[in-house]
Amino acid sequence: MSFTLIGKHEKDKRNCRDGYVDAMLELMEADPTVVHVDCDLMNCINTGKLQKAFPDRTINAGIAEANAMGVAAGLTATGKKAWIHSFGCFSSRRAFDQAFMSAAYAKLGVKVLGSDPGVCAAFNGGTHMPFEDMALYMSVPNSIVIDPVDYVQVNALTKKLTAVEERLSYMRMIRKGFTTVYADGSDFEIGKGVTLKESAEDAATVIASGIMVDEALKAYEALEAEGIKIRVIDMFTWKPIDEELIIKAAKETGAIVTAENHNCTCGLGSAVARVLATNCPTPQEFVGVHDEFGQVGPEAYLREAYKLTADEIIANVKKVIAKK
Amino acid sequence: MQKAEKMQALRVFAEEIRVETLKTIGALGFGHVGGSMSIVDAMAVLYGEVMKIDPKNPRWEGRDWCVLSKGHAGPCAYATLGLKGFYDLELTRTLNKPGTNFPSHTDRTKTPGVDLTTGSLGQGMSTATGAALGHKIDKRDNRVYVFIGDGEADEGQVWEAAQFAAHHKLDNLVCFADVNKMQLDGPTDAVMGHGKGIGAKFDAFGWNVIDVADGNDVEQIYDAVMAAQEVKGQPTAIILNTKKGYGATFAEPSGAHSSQPSAEQWEEAIAAAEARLAAVKAQ
Repeated sequence: MSFTLIGKHEKDKRNCRDGYVDAMLELMEADPTVVHVDCDLMNCINTGKLQKAFPDRTINAGIAEANAMGVAAGLTATGKKAWIHSFGCFSSRRAFDQAFMSAAYAKLGVKVLGSDPGVCAAFNGGTHMPFEDMALYMSVPNSIVIDPVDYVQVNALTKKLTAVEERLSYMRMIRKGFTTVYADGSDFEIGKGVTLKESAEDAATVIASGIMVDEALKAYEALEAEGIKIRVIDMFTWKPIDEELIIKAAKETGAIVTAENHNCTCGLGSAVARVLATNCPTPQEFVGVHDEFGQVGPEAYLREAYKLTADEIIANVKKVIAKK
Repeated sequence: MQKAEKMQALRVFAEEIRVETLKTIGALGFGHVGGSMSIVDAMAVLYGEVMKIDPKNPRWEGRDWCVLSKGHAGPCAYATLGLKGFYDLELTRTLNKPGTNFPSHTDRTKTPGVDLTTGSLGQGMSTATGAALGHKIDKRDNRVYVFIGDGEADEGQVWEAAQFAAHHKLDNLVCFADVNKMQLDGPTDAVMGHGKGIGAKFDAFGWNVIDVADGNDVEQIYDAVMAAQEVKGQPTAIILNTKKGYGATFAEPSGAHSSQPSAEQWEEAIAAAEARLAAVKAQ
């Protein structure tokens, strides 16, 4: 793992979906067993480029996600490395029994891509807003569950996950351009968190992923201006979670705040809490969606509505430090 | 070999599968006898004559695939595969016992010769479809045979897969619909009807459909499979009109989904099946 942090809170000129498509163009060129299955959402993530270049291995299954998941499992059984895409709500809830039994239980390592995670579903509204997709996939034994943030991370992890055999994996993907966190050429290891900010004076650690990473970096800057140093970890792999890094952060900083674009009763926060409870009980606060359904609206409004903000992270850092 | 000799061999094989299926489930004393026995004759045709297989190399790349989407018919598959030499038949007597490799529903990770994992109804139809597509992508001529039950055909996923297979012109896929007319809660027509019929549904979805009047007759099944292989650009559904529990003395009269007969009833059923086998052999 090697990375270069940009973290200037500027929007990436590239869409996250291009991180997936660009990786797949390389992978499909190099490996005739790589396939992509879509559910009538190719125009949403530009996988038409894959269809143009590799028509035999880019399969549109129509609006029938349960069957598409089974088809992906069957393709995997014949030796393919199969990705399947739908919106996060459908690639999890709608096809979950199929992901569980046809793929995971059968040791067929299907790679599931869920676009528009959490509040990124914005104008599609509460029906399409998954705050539970990660929880569903985390409940599957031996699964890999990932919430990446930008083009570079999506691109690198698409390549890493394609090489995984036998284990079901689920990766969220912000569809459009998002704040750039990482410079080109950064590389990541599944199951290893990335420590973005660290010092000997850290009074707390913020563990975040996806859209919350940049909020955590903003919180870092604001708190630093107040004289409070914090550690910031991008925990893009929720499962298997990086226990070693969490324990180290807990022991060295003595307080944890988790931040997630997901229901925090069954997501990153709860996964971190389990590690803390069983290894080194440490005060923790949870930034995330507190057991609510989604709703329609602009993403900026939704981030305020569900308190997925740097301000909320700052408030919770102060709260957790007071508990030390 | 002349066709008549082939058919006689298949009839004998079918009766052998019946005996072994009963012994497999009988070792535990209870299980899905009904749906295991109704597909015996189609399994005999596939494994006795039609499918390319290598029992010593179960994952041979050139093999044909068989998927029991009605996964609860596992015991019939275990008897069939054991008789073909995929493993020692005695192992099947561990059915559903702790640590067994012969679970009630078929599992590709446990049993040699089982191509896909099934159990949650409807799912094997999609995975079999995916496997058929995989062979097409690789430009290989492997065929995929999938069994669904008529009760299972209640599942919407069956029809999602059916439209996909027709759209992608998967002529290497054959679906056997085991129309044994019973499901867990009673007669299929009473629990959940199929409108104009399962065959009519497949036809509407763009499949080639072959109706087999007696789905427990190996020759009628064999002829249907041979006809299916001639069809290009379309998957084929073979509608098997079968008897649930066929050949199990305690299960056939009621058409029960699962059975837990007494020890005496097991002995009687196995003796009757062995007598049938002897009679067919003598023909």
